[in-house]
Amino acid sequence: MRKQRKISNTIITIILIFLSFLYIAPILIVLMNSFKGKLFISDQPFVFPTFSKQDLGAAGIQPKTFVELKNYWNGVQKIHFWNAFGRSVFITVAGVAIIVLFTSMTAWFITRTKSHYSNTLYYLFVFSMVIPFQMVMYSMTKVANALHLDNPLGILVLYLGFGAGMSVFMFSGFIKGIPVSIEEAAIIDGCSPLQCFFRIVFPVMKPTVTTVAILNTMWIWNDYLMPYLVMGKDYPTIPIAIQYLQGGYGSIDMGAMMAMLILAIIPIIVFYVACQKYIIRGVVTGAVKG
Amino acid sequence: MQKNLRRYWAVFTLPTLICFIIAFLIPFILGFGLSFAKFTTVMDAHFVGFSNYIKAFSGDDTFLPALLRTAVFTVACVVLINLLAFLFALLLTRKMRGTNFFRTVFFMPNLIGGIVLGYIWQLIFNGILAKYSLTLTSDGKYGIIGLIILMCWQMTGYMMVIYIAGLQSISPDLIEAAVIDGASPWQTLIHIKIPMVMPSITICMFMTLTNSFKLFDQNLSLTNGAPGDDSALVALDIYKTFYNRPGYEGVGQAKAVIFAVILAVIAIVQLRLTRSREVEA
Repeated sequence: MRKQRKISNTIITIILIFLSFLYIAPILIVLMNSFKGKLFISDQPFVFPTFSKQDLGAAGIQPKTFVELKNYWNGVQKIHFWNAFGRSVFITVAGVAIIVLFTSMTAWFITRTKSHYSNTLYYLFVFSMVIPFQMVMYSMTKVANALHLDNPLGILVLYLGFGAGMSVFMFSGFIKGIPVSIEEAAIIDGCSPLQCFFRIVFPVMKPTVTTVAILNTMWIWNDYLMPYLVMGKDYPTIPIAIQYLQGGYGSIDMGAMMAMLILAIIPIIVFYVACQKYIIRGVVTGAVKG
Repeated sequence: MQKNLRRYWAVFTLPTLICFIIAFLIPFILGFGLSFAKFTTVMDAHFVGFSNYIKAFSGDDTFLPALLRTAVFTVACVVLINLLAFLFALLLTRKMRGTNFFRTVFFMPNLIGGIVLGYIWQLIFNGILAKYSLTLTSDGKYGIIGLIILMCWQMTGYMMVIYIAGLQSISPDLIEAAVIDGASPWQTLIHIKIPMVMPSITICMFMTLTNSFKLFDQNLSLTNGAPGDDSALVALDIYKTFYNRPGYEGVGQAKAVIFAVILAVIAIVQLRLTRSREVEA
């Protein structure tokens, strides 16, 4: 019985190794192609770069396709990658920070006070979670332009507003589960509500803070349509910059495209490896609560 | 405490509320109103009744096909992703080495953004199809099948970690008792594991359902709907109606309202299902 189990475990491990290879393969193929000349990518993406000219006799001459880091230099210049990168980092970090701060405050207030005001707010936030972005995309763009929110600072207002629904909902879910008595004791001892929130409630909410922060990071970092419609050409983030490589006239520079895809993936992998435990836990609690 | 806290309502709620009004409430009401208007800018809008809604279905030959296409695509995604994810979760909850590594690998694609994913797979699909002298845009079905594969690659890991959490929360005593009573692995799966993870199954089904139904970025970068609009899903069709067809802004907004209503109905069904289960439990 135990031996049987061992054998089946070996077989399963082999299957899983094969599957993980399939999972990583697409990225490895892009990585491999990012070092090839742009003319040798679309036709034969599964062929390794060649490092020297080869005479294949009847089949003709195989040219050297390895171009070192040329695609990377090219791409970085073409789409001003580092500007886009800096902008993406700024919008994501600042956006997540204000979402976590303000929605946790709002969630605490509306869960701890019972009034028409907090009830109405709660149901509005829940309602907004259901509505797809397409419903508001045109009118939101117009409102944002009219209020001059069409820049990296202004778009933070939109992220807080559009992301408020889910975040308030998740924070309220957590606050409902913690006893109110500690907070009441703190207030009787002379804490102001603000002190009480930041000294007592916020530290207790840490698990939910990580969950909300991670879910919003994944959303804002990868978001394409909202920043594209609101800020467009003036302030491209990474997804917009990559989309512009395609958007040119005629043929795309496949070499630059491959290189930029790799540069776009690297920060995500670094982030993932650094906080893997929190990301997976955050995603699971987010799904179960939301 | 309530009285004390209530005096601070502005500090606690106003920043969020003001942004919410700007980013959601006003655009939502405005958008709903504009679905009954003909306009090219918000200022020149005039009321046209339900004609945008009628045009969305009759005067426009892309919306209904896109809806049907999206429905088929969504069903395929929901079934395939959940089957694969559940299978992976069963394999990775066995006692063996390396499960952490595999979980990490399977989950990773989920973090990569839709635009980047679309271009990665465009390269691969075009490379494969080139062997048959075809491209992704030779026929709409290639784009849709490609999107299904892409979605499986991206979302299976996400659903897998939810199923793993569900499977791990089953008490080992329960399974042990079943094994002692002579239950086969298949019987424990059908009679214990699946019923015990029903809540996870509901969550995953609805997450894959809404994510597939709302899919936009991947669709845009993989084929941009080509050839013609044959591989465009609803979200992309709405976008194209708004921005590529002058004079059709109102129709685009009407389509967006219909899209939102469908998603709201899905959400209500989900809420009902989870509520009724909570009462049982």
